[in-house]
Amino acid sequence: MTEPLLDIRDLHVTYRTLGGSVPAVRGVSLSIQPGESVGVAGESGCGKSTVASTILRLQPRTAKVEGEVHVLGKDVVRMRWGRLRVLRWAEASMIFQGALHSLNPVQRIGDQIAEPMRLHDATVGKVAAARRVGELLEQVGLSAARARSYPHQLSGGQKQRVMIAMALACNPSLVVADEPTTALDVMVQAQVLDVMTGLVRELGIGLLLISHDLSVLSSTCDRVAVMYAGRVVESANAGRIFDDPQHPYSAALAAAFPRVGDPKSRYSPAGLAGDPPDPQRLPTGCTFHPRCHWAIEDCSRIDPRLEPAGTDRTDRMVACIRAGETVGEAT
Amino acid sequence: MTAAAEVGVEPLPDVPQQRARSSRRSTGLWFLVRKLFGAATSLLFMLVVNFFLFRVIPSDPVRTLARGRATTPKQVAALTKTLGLDQPLPVQFLTYLKNTATGQFGVSFQYRQSVGSLLIDRLWPTLALVGTSTILSILIGLWMGTLAAWYRGQMFDTISTTGTIVLYSMPEWWLGLILFFLFAVGFGPIPGVFPIGGLIDPGVNGSSVHGVLNMAWHLTLPVVTLTIAYLAEYALIMRSALLDEMGEDYLVTARAKGLRDVLVRRRHATRNALLPVVTLVALNLGFIVSGAITIETVFSIPGLGLLTTDALKIPDYPVLQGAFLVFSASVIVANLIAQLLYGWLDPRVRL
Repeated sequence: MTEPLLDIRDLHVTYRTLGGSVPAVRGVSLSIQPGESVGVAGESGCGKSTVASTILRLQPRTAKVEGEVHVLGKDVVRMRWGRLRVLRWAEASMIFQGALHSLNPVQRIGDQIAEPMRLHDATVGKVAAARRVGELLEQVGLSAARARSYPHQLSGGQKQRVMIAMALACNPSLVVADEPTTALDVMVQAQVLDVMTGLVRELGIGLLLISHDLSVLSSTCDRVAVMYAGRVVESANAGRIFDDPQHPYSAALAAAFPRVGDPKSRYSPAGLAGDPPDPQRLPTGCTFHPRCHWAIEDCSRIDPRLEPAGTDRTDRMVACIRAGETVGEAT
Repeated sequence: MTAAAEVGVEPLPDVPQQRARSSRRSTGLWFLVRKLFGAATSLLFMLVVNFFLFRVIPSDPVRTLARGRATTPKQVAALTKTLGLDQPLPVQFLTYLKNTATGQFGVSFQYRQSVGSLLIDRLWPTLALVGTSTILSILIGLWMGTLAAWYRGQMFDTISTTGTIVLYSMPEWWLGLILFFLFAVGFGPIPGVFPIGGLIDPGVNGSSVHGVLNMAWHLTLPVVTLTIAYLAEYALIMRSALLDEMGEDYLVTARAKGLRDVLVRRRHATRNALLPVVTLVALNLGFIVSGAITIETVFSIPGLGLLTTDALKIPDYPVLQGAFLVFSASVIVANLIAQLLYGWLDPRVRL
């Protein structure tokens, strides 16, 4: 029996602001087994980055967290600060959204990569740390001599590789990547993703990859969860969710990224009208119903629960009262 | 196969290392040369301004020196000749350049003594006063600003920010006078504890241990005045610079790495926040020098400041020129140090 690397149970995160409390995450459950890659998809503001920030408890002070977040069997939400600092980076590390700003501009990148190594293991000397930095840089496809560079001397793609090298510095069991390729152009994006997923697979590390791009997630992850307005609306095997989405929102996300060589997707209306709802004024019933093409009267009254659905019901959960019916019509 | 596999690893990640290193060293050297050249240019400019600036003062040194005595026109003419003021301005300028080049700056009108040796005698009380208060105000100010920003909105921040704004709005000579009356002269029930002026008690040997302590005692109030007057600004600037940095993403990275709060602040945030502060400290040295002039007058410290105010009454051109050159040279050198320090703190500036 293996213990999951990450086990999030009924997570609620509420931001307290001057304008009242904002429920950003409303009951998300998610788990990652050792060596597994799980993707989280959704529009901006759906709560996916908030979920990521709770894993190392990096959410701002104004956030109120309820539920459980177990990293390697230990609940991070109720952990003491000292224990939490030991867990951070050594057991679970993060690759942040904008590598452009996530590196300290006035420190050599080698020093920044070596910092967590020496922090978490006092027996690592300067020389040993420098050697390991060189290895890590080579693993991500940079030369070891780059350790002496400052962040401003690197390109965006190189900086993101440095972030990946840094995330691997302490041999963590879990890596959380929060939109690791958002600020990069498409070509570099593909290279960085390739380096990251390749290393994660090779080293047997669990990966939580957060992205708005469902096509990226479906090609790099084992499983994908789609989030909308602070909840998971569909979770399934990665390939299936892109090819055969069951929730109308997943279908819209999948349609937003046209497939090469498929004339049907080229001419069909891509994208979704409207904006995600204001978390302080959520619609009644299913939060997606005002934007949904398949909404029926009941959708504004019944708040659907995440339930097994579809032909692969052992592996798929959908929160839609019309799940099963909408198959085929959605795309 | 994915698109990434076709593209392969980024094609030109690295320049050959040898070339990269030598060019890095030469940019560092080039940076130094450029900064030195800039400082030298400013100093040359000051050298010229220095001469003409004090000749704009409307009073005539010969008449001031002869005041209170019955003088014949002949004696006045002789005095003018001794002081070299009978020469045309361009000739006087050349003499000034020659005297400056020798480092003696000519002979004081008032003291009939070489200005060079006069300046050296008066330099070190000012150096002790300005140096000590600069270092103290930087240390205390930056420490207060850092804590205020880190614990923004809490008790320490409220008290220190209110206090520093009050202090910041006080002119240093006014603060000096208040402290002078409170602690040197004595006010109401408070006895005057500190000496009311001078650098050392008469009859005390300045080179003995007792003499040094005696001087430190005399310098306490002036140093406290200048420190308080300048730490306020440093604290406010450090606070706002650090607050700017605190929203930055790299601090989240540092926290995620498992660093303690203190280390996040010390290793990552403070160094970035220091960048604007360094410039300010260097620029401020000009003001602190002028502050020294008024403070030395308030507390009668026989330093360069008091020498300057006394010389202005004549006006004693050679003394004024010498003192002014020392003041401006120290500001230029401080700025040079700041720029080099800036280059060291922020690698992006070295380009």
